[in-house]
Order: sequence, then C-alpha cells, then structure tokens
Amino acid sequence: MARIVAFLTRTRAGKGRMDWTDWVTYGYLLFGIVLMFGPVAWLLLSSFKTGAELERFPPRLLPVAQDTLVVEGYDEPLPLFKMIAGDQEGRTLAQIRRVGLIAQMVDPAEPETRLKVNVADREPIERIAFAWSNYTDLFERLNFPLYLWNSTAITLTATAIMLVINSMAAFALSKYKFRGKLTVLALVIGTLMVPGTVLLVPTFLLVSQFGMVNTLWGVIIPGAATPTGVFLLRQYMITIPDEILDAARMDSASELKIFWRIIIPLSAPAIAVLAILAIMWRWNDFLWPLIVLSENDKFTLQLALNSFQGEFLTEWEKLLPATVLTLLPVAIVFMFLQKYIATGIASTGGK
Amino acid sequence: MANIELRNVVKRFGALEVIRGVDLQIEHGEFCVFVGPSGCGKSTLLRMISGLEDITGGEVLIDGKPVNNVSAAERGLSMVFQSYALYPHMSVRQNLSFGLENVRTPKDVIDAKVRDVATMLQIDQLLERRPKELSGGQRQRVAIGRAVVREPLGFLFDEPLSNLDAELRVEMRGEISSLHRRLGNSMIYVTHDQVEAMTMADKIAVLRAGLVEQYGRPLELYNRPANLFVAGFIGSPKMNFLEGRISADDPAEIVLDSGERLRVPAGKFSGGPDQRVTIGIRPTDLDLSGDGIRLDVGGVEQLGGESHIFGTTADGRKLTLHTQGQTPVAIGEEIRISVPSDRMHLFDTQSGKTLLSE
Amino acid sequence: MLKLLNPIMRLVEIPFLLVQKRLGIGMTAWLFLAPNLALFSLFTFLPIILNFSYATTGGEAILLRDRPDVGFQNFGNLLECENVLDPSSCRNDLFWRAVWNTVWFVVFQVGIMVIAALATAIVLNRKIRARGLFRGVFFFPVLLSPVVVALIWKWILQRNGLLNAGLESLGFETINWLIERHWAFFWSTFISIWAHMGFYTLILLAGLQAIPQDVYEAALMDRASPWRCFRKITLPLLSPTLLVVLVLALIKGVQTFDEIYAFTGGGPGSATTLIMQFIYETGFGVQPRLLGVAAAAAIMLAMVLIFLTALQFWINRKKVDG
Repeated sequence: MARIVAFLTRTRAGKGRMDWTDWVTYGYLLFGIVLMFGPVAWLLLSSFKTGAELERFPPRLLPVAQDTLVVEGYDEPLPLFKMIAGDQEGRTLAQIRRVGLIAQMVDPAEPETRLKVNVADREPIERIAFAWSNYTDLFERLNFPLYLWNSTAITLTATAIMLVINSMAAFALSKYKFRGKLTVLALVIGTLMVPGTVLLVPTFLLVSQFGMVNTLWGVIIPGAATPTGVFLLRQYMITIPDEILDAARMDSASELKIFWRIIIPLSAPAIAVLAILAIMWRWNDFLWPLIVLSENDKFTLQLALNSFQGEFLTEWEKLLPATVLTLLPVAIVFMFLQKYIATGIASTGGK
Repeated sequence: MANIELRNVVKRFGALEVIRGVDLQIEHGEFCVFVGPSGCGKSTLLRMISGLEDITGGEVLIDGKPVNNVSAAERGLSMVFQSYALYPHMSVRQNLSFGLENVRTPKDVIDAKVRDVATMLQIDQLLERRPKELSGGQRQRVAIGRAVVREPLGFLFDEPLSNLDAELRVEMRGEISSLHRRLGNSMIYVTHDQVEAMTMADKIAVLRAGLVEQYGRPLELYNRPANLFVAGFIGSPKMNFLEGRISADDPAEIVLDSGERLRVPAGKFSGGPDQRVTIGIRPTDLDLSGDGIRLDVGGVEQLGGESHIFGTTADGRKLTLHTQGQTPVAIGEEIRISVPSDRMHLFDTQSGKTLLSE
Repeated sequence: MLKLLNPIMRLVEIPFLLVQKRLGIGMTAWLFLAPNLALFSLFTFLPIILNFSYATTGGEAILLRDRPDVGFQNFGNLLECENVLDPSSCRNDLFWRAVWNTVWFVVFQVGIMVIAALATAIVLNRKIRARGLFRGVFFFPVLLSPVVVALIWKWILQRNGLLNAGLESLGFETINWLIERHWAFFWSTFISIWAHMGFYTLILLAGLQAIPQDVYEAALMDRASPWRCFRKITLPLLSPTLLVVLVLALIKGVQTFDEIYAFTGGGPGSATTLIMQFIYETGFGVQPRLLGVAAAAAIMLAMVLIFLTALQFWINRKKVDG
C-alpha cells in the first residue's frame, strides 16, 4: 500500500514532495476521468437496469432487482418481501397480488395460507442483478439485428471500396510522372476545401437518378472517393524509395503487380490507419444515411437509435442497451488501437 | 551474353540536356565502368540502358536490335541498385524468386535456381531472413543474387558499393570481379570512385556533363589521358599540373610561367611555338634528385614505406610528390625536383586536349 | 490472404499490361486513377456545378428539367429581411434564427473548447504517470457517434436523470434541462465540446511536444517562473498550432448537425436549430421540400467554409515558411 502511495505521489522530478502544480495536474486528470468516462459508465450501468428501476427517482448506482421465488401452486415466480412491521414482522413473504394499500402475501414455507398485509409494513428483498433481458430483447423482439446488419454491411463494403480506389489513386499520384498530374492534384486539393455537407442536394439527385435511394449502395458509393484518404496514403507512399519500384520493374513485374505485391504491403501501416478511420466514419455516419434511407428496414444503427427516441419515448430500457451495443465496436477498436487512431486522426486533420 | 551499343544517345528533362549524345560499344562479356563526378549523367545513362528511363534521342541496341521501345522488363538485363532496393517485406528467398515468378517460371525450377545462386553467393543460410535482419554486406549479396538468379543478358550496377564501409568495399570489389569472370556476362558498372573503375574494369568510360570524355582500357586512360579532365580524374594521387608555353625557338622545350625550362621528347607532342600548354605529371613520377624546378616545401607526410611532399613552385602552383621510403626533406626547405620527360603529359591549355602526336 | 486474390489479379492485370505496353508506364497512372476519379467527378465535381442549378430553380421536383428557373429568388427568400438581427422581421425567419444560433454556438463552442483543449494538452504534456491512459480518456469521446453522444447525455439530463438527482440531493430544485431554451442551448454547446475536445487536445499536444525541451531548460536556468515560461515560451511557440486548431474547430463547428439534431431535434422551438439542420430540413426533412432554398443556403454556407479553409491554408503556408 505504501508503495502504491509512493508511486502515485512521485512527482515531476521523480523525487521530493508534490508541489502544488502536481496537485492541480492530478486533480484535473481526475476530474477529466469523471467527466469523460463517467457518462459512459453511467450509460453502461443503466443499460442493465429493469424498466421499473430506470423509472426510479432518485436513481441508484447499481442495477438492482427484486428477489423472486417459485411458490407451490403459483405459475409465475413471486416477488419476495421482508416484513418490517405489523403482525408478520420478521417473516419473509411472497406477494401474490396487490390491491391498493393491501397486498395478498404467502409464506413460501406454507403456500396454502394467504395473508393480507399493509404495504407500508414490508420492504422488498433486493439484490444486484443485471437485466440481461434488456439486451436479449433487442435481438428477439426488435429489428436490432437488421440494423446491425445494415450498419455492418455499409461499413465493411464502403471501407473496402474506399481502401482499394484510394490506394490506387494515391499510388498514381505519388509514384508516377504523367501529363495532367498537377491538374488532378489541384482538383483533389480543391475538393478538400468544399465540405461534402454542402453538396447534399445535388448528390441526392445523382443518387436518386441511379436508383440508389433507400439502398445501402446509396450510402456507400458517394463517399467512397474521399480526398482525405488519397492524401493520407499519398503522403505515406511518397516515402517508399523509387529504387524498389525500379527493382521490381527490372524483375519483370507489371505495374499492377508492383502496386499489389510491393506498394500495398509496404503501405500497410498507412492503410491500417485509414481502414480504422474509415470504419469509424462509416459506423458513426448520420446525416447522409438520414437523407438516403427513409425506410425503416434500411436503417443503420445510428438512424435506428435516433428513431427509437421518438418511438419509445420513455422506453429507456431498450434505448440504453442499443446505445451500448452501438458504441461497443468503437470502444473495442479504441482499446486495442488507441495509439494508431490517435496518430491517424491527428495526421488527417480530422476530416 | 550481349553486346550493348549506344548511338548518339540523348536525354533531356524539359529544357535540361543531361546526356548530350553518347556513343559507346560494349562487347560480349566486357566489364565496362562508367565513371565521373556526381551529376555527370552516368546513372541516367545506365537507367536509359536498363529501360527505366525513356530515351529522348539516339538509339540503344542490345545484340544489334534497337530496344528504345522495349520495356525494362523485356530487355533481359538486370540491375543492382545503390540502395540495394531489396523488397523489405519479403524474405531473402522471396526477393530472389520474385522476378522468376513474374516470368512464370515453374516452381521447382525457381527453387533450384535460388538454391544455386544462394550457395554461390554464400547467402544460403539467410534465405528465410528479412532484409532488415541482414548486414550491409549481406544485403549487397542478396541484391547481386537477385540480379544473377534471372540469368540476364547483362548486368547493370548503379554505384553498388557506395553504402559499404571501406574494408567491405574492397572485399565486394573482388567478389564482383570474380563473379564477372565466372558468369562471363557483359556488365556495366557505374561509380564515382576511379579506384573502383581502375581495379574492376575491362573498359572505362569517363563521363562529364553528359558527354564521354574518353573510353578505353584502364591503363590506356592512365597512360594516355585524352584531356585534362581525364588526366585529373584517373589515377590516385591526383596528377600535378604546371602552366607554361612552348618555346618560340625550340619545339622540344617548354618555358614554365616561373621562367624555368623543361625538355620534352622531340616529336612526341605536337604544338606550335608560343602555344599555351599545361604539363601534367603524376606525383609518383616526380624525382627528388636532379636540378629541375624549384619547390618550397610546405608539408611532409612520412608514412614509413613512402613519403608525401607538398610544396609550391616558383609561380605559386601546388605540387605533390610521392617518393618511396623515407625522406630527409623537411618543412620550409627549398628543394629542386626533376620532371622525367618520358613521364610528362602535355595538353593544350585552351581546349584541354592532349598534344600527344600519335 | 492476398494470395487468394491472385487469380482475380491475373484478370485485372490484363488491361494494365495492355496500357503499359501500348502507351507506356506513365499512362498506367490514369488507369490507377480511373475509379477514384470517376466517383470523384460524379459525386463531388458534378454536385458542385449542379448545386448552382438547384439554387436558381424552384419547385419541389428533384429532376432539374422539371424545375422552373427562378433566378435568384431562392437567395431572395433567404436574405429578404428588414433587420437581420431580428429573425422575426425576415421572410425566412427560421434561416436567420439558425444563422444566429450557429454564430453563438460556434463562438461559445470553439472558444471554450480551444481553451479547455489547451489546458488539457498542457496537463498531459507534464511528466505524469500513465500519460497514454489519460490521453486516451480525453480522446475517447471523439470516437463515439454523434447519436450515441446525444443519447448518453440525454439520459443524464432527462427529468429523472442523474443530474437532477444530484441537484435534489443537494437541496436544489430540479430543472427540465432540454425543455428550457437557454439550458438546451447550453447543453448542446456542452456536449459538442465534450465530444470533440479530445481531437484538438491531441493536435495541441503534438504541437507542445514539438517544442524542444532545452528551451525550457534554458528558461529554467534564467530563473523564469512557470507562468512566464507559459507566456513567453509555450504560447508564442505554440501559436501556429493554436491558430490551425482554431480555424479547424471553426470549420467543423459551423457544420455541426448530427449530435445536436439527435440531442434536441433543434428545439425547444428553434432554440438549438443550427444552419446545417436548416438546410437538411428545408431540403429533405419537412414538406414541401424546398431543394432550391436548401441549395442556396448550402452555397452561402460553402462560401463561409471556403473562406475559413483558405484561411487555414494560408496559415499553414505561413507556418511552413516561418
């Protein structure tokens, strides 16, 4: 324990006492954890609470459920109560039904005798319990698997297409000298300046002309040729020595083979970064799917979540686990690839 | 085996002419070295032969057939690059077999060839390693192996030893030479190091500013340099140069700018009376004995086995003299040195061309 | 895995080999560019041009040939105003409300976020334990989808939510956060900062780490106080990065849509309706679909964004030159 304290209170210089700036620093960081992770943790805990518990005010930290017991002669498990006052004080009873302030109870030990008690005299017996049914319900009773499938299909297909065509273009723009190269580069830079969001109306026309409204392709195709991806990869490919390409040409490799067998493997780190970014962009995408997809069965997770809000205005027990499942892939990817994502995002300027 | 011929080859990058009409003939099995200072166009010329660089004008012929429009892949040559350019993501084995796979060689043939080449170059223990796990010398061998395994018509080397340390460079020099003897292929070798050129070449082409200054056997270049540039470039230590003019009354006598006079063999050089000339003499050819020109000694290096004397002539030119053994000469001394007339080179100062009359 | 695709590659190789042999290696570059360029032209260049066609035509039709030419009426619709400071006096009052909402939103969001990001970056740049972990903590929300961000905070801010519970336990009155317009605006700004701050922190942290350590050591030898170190070394040396961050945040801030739309739906009333939401709803959200007006608004937004982007390029250039 003392060693832990020593570890935590070690200061900037690694010796001596913590000075006030250290206290401020760690205070700030602690506050940061609470503010940044707190809400997510609260969401996670809440997603395991039963509907009744979610309604409760003020809320309790941990998900809690009332103990139940199957009593002879009754089909359903009955909720258990501890009597804290009145004739039956001290006994543990199961409730059969409740009418107003009077509840019909039964002692599990002697199921034949029915007892009438005042609801004020009892206290529910509770334990920490995770309501997994919130999650299973999503899959069994809601369209959630469909949305999950739509999101996954869009994300994977769009990422694959984007990686292929962006890396091809990046290769052309980084390793070839040809007439018109500067023009193409200038055009690509130019489009970096025009944000996609202002092109919604005409892009929608094109998508509808191609009959892609309300199809997953309508979401996938328009965003595939991102200038950001081309730039990210081009910057990396420029650093591959030309001599390696020349060596491959001397080795009778065709240009496509050079791309496929030399450039792609050597650009793997940059491609990985772009892949992660692309997956994130597509998984989290909202506005464009919102415009293209208007039928419920084509919804992505994000759209579905947004529409759940209206549909189940108070049904947080469905909304919360759905939210958790939506952020889960991102969180998992983040845990494993934090460093890559951070550097990748920093290098693209977050476009 | 191939003979490679260049006919008035020209290369322009935009308005910049980097190769300005080169004619060369490299015979079957010859080891030809392109040597010259950096920026002389020697690497560009090599890349034009390889097919990696387009030819702006003239013709490159391999075995008599023009190959201007034949791609690098199909010219049947292979190349060893300055940076080795090994495929970093492939094992040594994959590096060696990549080219053979590209031309659809059956797998068992590839395996056999890779094994043979690896044994020959003593890299058979390294086949499963990646290039970054190899030392500089080993990478060099793999790069050569990759060129050899395809059994090309000819080899092109682009400054392959410049990334190695001095000791390894000498060793690899010997290995490339012996490789050439064993395979008997034509080889073209680019370097800026005239020692490499002298030690390895059958023939040397000295390039400067996109032109061939002289093309010939190493000792021919050493003994009979065609111009001042070649004279200064070939040979180590560098040749000394003195300025003067041919005597007005005696064509076999040269009057140096210092006023001192030198005899030259009659008839060996052409040149008219009063013509400005540059006399070239190698440091090893200068003689301490005798009563020739005056030299103020500014530095002496005693290496034990030989001695280097640095001095200034009466007209202020730097002169270097190498003698065998140890020397009693000391700094500050004023000595007389003689210039053996049969070792003298004479050039027209204005054009830089040799005045050798044969 | 790549090996599995080899047969496909053989097939794809054919056009490449043809071009390479017939037209030279340089021309294969166009082949590599082709798919990207095709999608680019179709979904970026063409829309840029078409946007102008939409902006000058009226009606609800999607097809351009069904749309009557109305000249600059769409722009007029947006700009006709007695007093631009008072949206109620404008023909399209929602547009101006959205414009002013966006202006205030951007001012607060960007201002507070950049300061907070700077503070966080400075803290993270100190010699602290587990820096990677803490960096991750602040960065994590950047990865969350806007809808998820909105729902996380909605859950906390709802009537029976955690925040109200906290207030009540402290003896305060509970507040209906998303129903009261000023609070709704406040929390919209807040969640937007919460979600995006980590990204700018990361850039600033990189900027801080690029400042050579020996400058600080020299200052320490000169007995400079921490505050003077910050004022006289950190800020001046960080200012190019800070400027980039500022402009970048402005560009993104102006385009904010997703998280606010999912959070408040633009309400209560139009209290949190931003300009992107106006464009979306005008063009796609509500009947009648006024695509022309939406396109006109998009063009005006684009002009602002292009100005900001040009500013960014200019700053970057100066940074490189400097």
